[in-house]
Amino acid sequence: MIEIKNLKKVWEDTGAPVLEDINLTIQDGEIYALVGRSGAGKSTLLRCINGLTSYQEGSLRVDGNEIKDFSEKELREFRRHVGMIFQQFSLLERETVYRNVALPMTCWKYPKDEIDTKVKSLLELVGLEDKMDAKPRNLSGGQKQRVAIARALTMDPKFILCDEATSALDPKTTNSILDLLLEINEKLGITVIVVTHQMEVVRKICQKACILENGVIKAEGSVRDIFFNQPEALMNLLGEENIPLPETGHNIQICHLLNNASDGELFGRMYADLGIVFPIVNGTIQEYEKDRMGIFTINVSDEDFPSVEKYLNRKDMRWKEISARA
Amino acid sequence: MTLKNFTFAQIFKMLIVPAFFATLKMLAIAGVMSTLLGFVFGVILVVTEKGGLYENLLINRILDFIVNMIRSFPFIILMISIIPFTRLIAGTSIGETAALVPLTVACTPFMARIFQNSFKEVDPALIEAAQSFGASKWQIVFKVMLKESVPSIISGLCLAIINLLGCTAMAGAIGAGGLGAVALQYGYQSFNMKIMYSIVAILIVLVALIQYFGDWIYKKLK
Repeated sequence: MIEIKNLKKVWEDTGAPVLEDINLTIQDGEIYALVGRSGAGKSTLLRCINGLTSYQEGSLRVDGNEIKDFSEKELREFRRHVGMIFQQFSLLERETVYRNVALPMTCWKYPKDEIDTKVKSLLELVGLEDKMDAKPRNLSGGQKQRVAIARALTMDPKFILCDEATSALDPKTTNSILDLLLEINEKLGITVIVVTHQMEVVRKICQKACILENGVIKAEGSVRDIFFNQPEALMNLLGEENIPLPETGHNIQICHLLNNASDGELFGRMYADLGIVFPIVNGTIQEYEKDRMGIFTINVSDEDFPSVEKYLNRKDMRWKEISARA
Repeated sequence: MTLKNFTFAQIFKMLIVPAFFATLKMLAIAGVMSTLLGFVFGVILVVTEKGGLYENLLINRILDFIVNMIRSFPFIILMISIIPFTRLIAGTSIGETAALVPLTVACTPFMARIFQNSFKEVDPALIEAAQSFGASKWQIVFKVMLKESVPSIISGLCLAIINLLGCTAMAGAIGAGGLGAVALQYGYQSFNMKIMYSIVAILIVLVALIQYFGDWIYKKLK
């Protein structure tokens, strides 16, 4: 379990704050997302977890151990249990796939036969047993990331930290890497902490997420809740409010689960019940975990608004009014 | 006794061949010593710089200053100005063994810069990755930085060795022997163009060979 309380970090040379008052808890076995735009501090927060960077105030405990109290030697020992993968894969270009995966174990001086068994079984897990003697430059981006994942798994970590691990990959490859991470999480019970700016990554594999903006947590909780509640931080992140909305009347955004066919009858029913005709001015259907969710914006005239408002509240719908210039 | 009493073949055998081997010997020994020392200083320069593995700006600046200082000496002046130091180490200031001292002193900072620049080119993300699985600092230097920068080091070494060859010829001017000395004394000062240009030709071939060999290893490793 990772417990972060009132964590604060400033850059040592300029004194500018990077992270402020960070509070969050990551349970064992979870896939947790740290989301935000570039410069929000999410990668820095991730590096606080394995001590690659320090923090000045607050506490960060991993399984009860305060990271900043570790000596250098203890920190190295601790990092054996925390695998990490990176956006640019960070493989040794001049070594074979096999030796890249073996590197952590050779650094920790494991016996040769143990390394051999482990490396081969991990390459099998990530589906690259036939690329053992290839050099990274002859691999595709997705294959390189698989090698990096195998390397991160060599010492049976409890946690895997992913720093924008799929940001350099195409959508299809991204999905295959996410499936692999999901498999690792389910099969090996490893807690996965994902730093990303891609919301589809969060939707596809994460159970919980926190959204960072300028070093501050703006939203935190289950991915389902965040997508339902659509906090401002999420909207800022999606940055999709560029579709012009009508300037007259009321623009109402409605979030609605679309798991059953009848859920899609929402607007038809509204028309039937209220007898009001209104245009849909914006809308998306997103899939996440096992649910499908529709987010629609309708435009209602001033005189119809009170009855629509009453109707939506009566039906207990998630809705909010948004301004045309959002 | 003048050179006129000898055929060119005899001169070649008596003067040029031994000089060639004297040059090779200086090149090899000074090359190896300056590579080793350059590696040590190169590593120190990289690990002590800002954000390095053992950040220590004082040591870094001092070493950086020394490297720059030595490199700003023209070799011939450096050679003369460190004669007392050469005597201290080699017991004499004349001859090829003595020449090894200034050659090594002149070439080491060059080598140090080559190692430093090659190490700096290693992607910092790789170093971070190594830290993330708990590699020690020395493992990072040897298993990551050195390993990854070998091709770039080789091409740099090749440059330095050719530079060193130029220095050995210059060392001939103050009694180090070798091809430079023969070209100067028996060629230039005795108006014997044949000797001078045959040595020039040998040097051209030698430089070409070093460069070719360096490029070949570079390609092989890359």
